[in-house]
This record gives sequence, C-alpha cells and structure tokens, in this order.
Amino acid sequence: MEKRYLWIGLGVVAIVAILVVALSGGDDDETTETTVASGETTEAPSETTEAPSETTEAPSDTTEAPAEAFRVAVIAPSAQNDLAFTQSMVDAVNVVSGSVDMEIAITDGTFIVEDAASAIRDYADQGYDLVIAHGSQYGGSLVEIAPDFPDVSFAWGTAADTFGLPNVYAYEAASDEGGYVMGVLAAALSESDTVGVVGPVEVGDAKLYVDGFAAGVLGENPGADVKIVYTGSFSDVALASETAQAHATAGADVLTGSAQMVVGAVGVAAENGILWFGTQANQAQLAPEIVVASQVYHWEVVISQIVAQVQAGTLGGEVFVIDLANGGEVIEYNPGYEVPADVVAKADATIAGIIDGSISTGS
Amino acid sequence: MSDFFTEAVLIATVAGGIRLAVPLLFASLGEMFGQRSGVLNLGVDGVMLLGAFGGYYAVLKTDNVWLGLLVGVAIGVVFGLITAVMSVTLKAEQGISGIGIYLFGLGFSDLLFQKWVGTPLPIKAFPKINIPVLSDIPIIGEMLFRHSAVVYIAFAAVPLSMFIINRTNFGMKIRAVGENPEAADSLGVSVTKVRYATLIIGGLLAGVAGAALAIDLKIFQQNLTNAAGFIAIALVYFGAWRPLGVMGGALLYGFVNSIVLQLKTLGIIPRSWSDIAAMAPAIVTILALVIVAQRFKPPAALTKPFERGR
Repeated sequence: MEKRYLWIGLGVVAIVAILVVALSGGDDDETTETTVASGETTEAPSETTEAPSETTEAPSDTTEAPAEAFRVAVIAPSAQNDLAFTQSMVDAVNVVSGSVDMEIAITDGTFIVEDAASAIRDYADQGYDLVIAHGSQYGGSLVEIAPDFPDVSFAWGTAADTFGLPNVYAYEAASDEGGYVMGVLAAALSESDTVGVVGPVEVGDAKLYVDGFAAGVLGENPGADVKIVYTGSFSDVALASETAQAHATAGADVLTGSAQMVVGAVGVAAENGILWFGTQANQAQLAPEIVVASQVYHWEVVISQIVAQVQAGTLGGEVFVIDLANGGEVIEYNPGYEVPADVVAKADATIAGIIDGSISTGS
Repeated sequence: MSDFFTEAVLIATVAGGIRLAVPLLFASLGEMFGQRSGVLNLGVDGVMLLGAFGGYYAVLKTDNVWLGLLVGVAIGVVFGLITAVMSVTLKAEQGISGIGIYLFGLGFSDLLFQKWVGTPLPIKAFPKINIPVLSDIPIIGEMLFRHSAVVYIAFAAVPLSMFIINRTNFGMKIRAVGENPEAADSLGVSVTKVRYATLIIGGLLAGVAGAALAIDLKIFQQNLTNAAGFIAIALVYFGAWRPLGVMGGALLYGFVNSIVLQLKTLGIIPRSWSDIAAMAPAIVTILALVIVAQRFKPPAALTKPFERGR
C-alpha cells in the first residue's frame, strides 16, 4: 500500500512540475505548448492568423480562425528557435501566414525519425491541408504515409525527389550559392589565409554549403588553405566546439559551419577572436562581435508557391529550389560588425555573377 | 603526419582530450558509486541534461558560474533521490526506471529551455586557472595546468572517490552492499540507506557533469549531452568499477576524439574517411571494454533489488 502511495506521489509531482512550467514563463510566447517525454515539443494548432482585411466575411466577435483557414503542419528535427535549419522553416511559414489565412501547427525536436513519422501521420489524419516534413531523413516515412492520404499535400526537404507521388512536393536550397559568396567574403577578410569549416555529416544541404564555401574561398584566393572537418554528428555541440578549437590551433582566423551543433563552435570563435559566417538563419546574436554575415534561408519563397498550388488543387509532383536569384537565399550582414566597403562590393559582384551565370560555384 | 607532432598541435590535442573527458569523468564517477552498491542507473543522461539546463539558466540570469554549478548539484541531488525512491524503495526494474528518468530529462530540459530561454544565448564560462609554477613547465604546463577551474575539480574527484570507496567505513559498506546485501544487512548495515546515499552522490555528479558541460560550452541546446550519459555508464564497466579505471576510460574516449579531430583538421585523415573516423572513439572503447570485461566481474548484486528475508 505504502509503495502505491509513493508511485502516486511521484506521478503527481511530475504532472504538477510539467503544468507549472507549461503555464509559467514565456512572456513573449503566445502559443500553447505541450511536451512528451521523448523531447518532442508540440505546438498545439492554436496559433491562427487574422483573416485578411478584404475578406467579405468578417470574423466579428470570435477570435477563432474562419473554418476555411489553410492548415499547415511543420515537423522538424531540432528546436524551432535553433538559429539554423528548423528555425528557417518556422520563420518562413509564419511569414506566409501574413498573407494567407493560415492555421499553423509545429512539432519540433523530432530527431527520432519514428517520432516524426508518427506526427506526420497524425497531422495528415487530422486533415491538414499541407504537412511539411522538414528533414531529408523523413523521406522514407513520407513514401509510406503519403499514399494513405491522397487528399493531403506533403512537402519535404531538403531533397529533390517527390517519389513519383502526386501529393508530395520536394524543396531544396542551392546553398552552394550563398556558401560561395560567404567564401569570397571569408577569403577577403582572412589575414592568415587559413579558413576552417565545422561540418556535421557530408551529405545534403551541409555538403552543398561547405563545397560552395570552399569554392568561394579558393575562387577569391587560390592560395588559401581551406580546412574542412565533418564531425560526424548534427547534434554534438562539444565536438563542434573542439573542432573549432582545432581550427584555431591550425591558424584559421575565419570559420564557418552548418547545422544546429555549430553553436558550440561559434563560442570558441568568439573566445579566440575568429570571424564567423553563419548559414540557414541569422546567427549574429550568438556572438555579435565576430559574426560577419549569415546566409539566411527564406523558404517562404517556396512555401507560398506550394500553398498557392495546393489551394488551386495541385497537391504535389514538383521540386522547388531557393537560390540567390529568386530571393530564397539572402546574405544578411551583422550590423555589429563593419565589413569594409570594398569587400561588400566583391560580395555584391559575386552575387550578381552567380545570378547571371558568369560565376559557377562548381557544384 | 609530421604536422601532428608539432608542439602546438600536441598541446591542443591533449588539452582538448582533457576537456572532452571532464563531463564523462564526473558522470561515470557518480554512476560508479551507484553500481558499487548494486544499483544500475540508466538515467544519467537525463539528469545531465537537467543539470546542464539548470546550470546554463542560472549563469544566464546571474552571470555567476559557481551558482550555475551549484544549481547543477541541487538538481542532481533531487534526481538522485527520485532515482533512489524508484530503484530502492519501490524496487522498480532498474533499467526501465532509468530510461524513464532519461526520457523525462531529455524532454523536460528542452521544454524549460523553450519556455524560459528560447533562442540560445551565450553565457559566461568558467575562469581559466593557470596553476602556479606547474603551468610554466614547457609543453606539459600548457597541456595539463592551464584549464578552467572545473577541470581540476573533476580530476580531484578521482582520488577523493578512491579514498571514499577504499579507505572509509562508508566505502566498505558500499562494497559490502554491492557484493552481498544479505550479509551486509545481517551485520546491521542499512542497505537502503547506503543505496540512497550512493544514488544521491551519483545524481549530484551527473548534475555537475551537465552543468560543467553547458557552462564550458557557454551554451545550451536541446539534447546538449548527445548521449554522453550513456557513454559514462559504459565507462564504468570499462573502468572495472574503480575510480582510476573510470578516469582512464574517460581520458581514452576524450583523447581518441581529440586526436581524430586534429588528424581531420590537418588533412591526415581524408574526408572520405571522415564518417568512419567519427566512430573511432566508440570502437576503441568497445574493444577495450571487451578486454576488460573478461578480467573483472561487476558487483555481484548489481541490478538486484534487495528485499530482506529473500
């Protein structure tokens, strides 16, 4: 009997603790969040946008979204404010919701693919109009799930394969383009002619960015030494930090890196006064004194097109790409770091060259 | 290869290996106490994550790294106590209850982070301490005696653990309870109290391991430990349940990681081998574990809940 009470007591303490946290803090957080033990954080689909002003049916005194709101779900592997991969998509969906009457649900932190698959199926089952599986590791799950929900549109990336399914879109970033521009900037600012890269695993978006960056450095300074290290992990912050330390030892005075584990590397760069170039999201706030610029993804360029096509009745079968030309990739400078005007001019010329095709990133 | 044997690279490799070993050392020493008393705690990584977030958040709000470490201690003690209640009093299956603690720590640390912090912001790090005289020794001084304060604390915990296990009455009780709880009980040793104490020590050190990791990295992120707590459990087996062995395991893991990173940076390990090389620390540890496992036996009562009269 005594044991039973202890178990009940432990359960009550755990539930109370979760409730206290869920109901407290987050002054700037207007969404409802719940969590499960796997670390998956789910935003309940309570966040809705206001109906456009020109709508003929005014929502009068109700705060709920109109019934015809376009329902979008995003499933992503890391935290929605990771200043990297996941945040770039969450930001994009929020931007699109400014012009489309939209209801958004986000499940982030699903680094376990089975958890993501369960969330994807769940949203499809709930009748969401568009389910975005934001992670190249989710492709296998989509192949199984999408055929079961022919009326639901799915989008996934970064990838270039729709599996021949009529209700699957794919999207990817030409991250080599922004990477190339960052490489040119890095080479122009490096005094030691040694630049380092902290990469996760040599695949997909990360590989494309790193290859583009290296090409940019060597395009600007063929004699430069580009040291590329893939740690073998997307999430090992300690290893990323030590990799940055190794680059510092090797004489690198400019670093870059891709994926969410780079936050550790940025700290080491700041400690050693090494310049940093970010990608996927603006990373200036991680270390305002050393972040020069970030290649920022504006997936809204793609998402707005997908939403329009789904609304028009086309549920998939197309691959979209964001790049410098369509504004899906933007080089954002850190206002806290003053880049010499001639270096900015070089970057601008490089962007123009990539867009008009006179410069090849080599990828 | 000659690039590797330069002074700067060797110093960086050793110093990096030591840094990588520190969280593992704290956590595996703590786990060792529990296992020596017969309790396997698989929840180390969860407590590390909670300690990491607690330490990070305290430093973010106060700029005081020692307060951050203290918060890690407090969180560790609380979860050590919870582990003890589940494993000792409620006699829950140790593997399953540990996984429960791990999953709770993984999810709850991230939930707290999302609610209270959001976007990762850098924090202050531990102060670097150059040990007088010793830090001036050429090469060795830079490798070993110019670290952050928490590194020295971690390595000081090794002889302290040896002393507690081997030279104190409490240590004798831990060993007795881990090997033969019935005999210890018949001699008047409270198996419950000893196991509570070791699990609280284990929780405390896991909390410290997490806080030390976050403060050293100056950041927190979802799943920051990246399963280091599970590696720490393996290192207890690797170290044959002895503090020195555990330290050897943590250092081996740290050094192999550090050496691989340096070899990659210098281009000695080609990029095409990068993924295979990333597995090197795990492979070396498993191989060493296989060799050690044949020579040493775990505490006889490990994973067995104690019930008087059975």
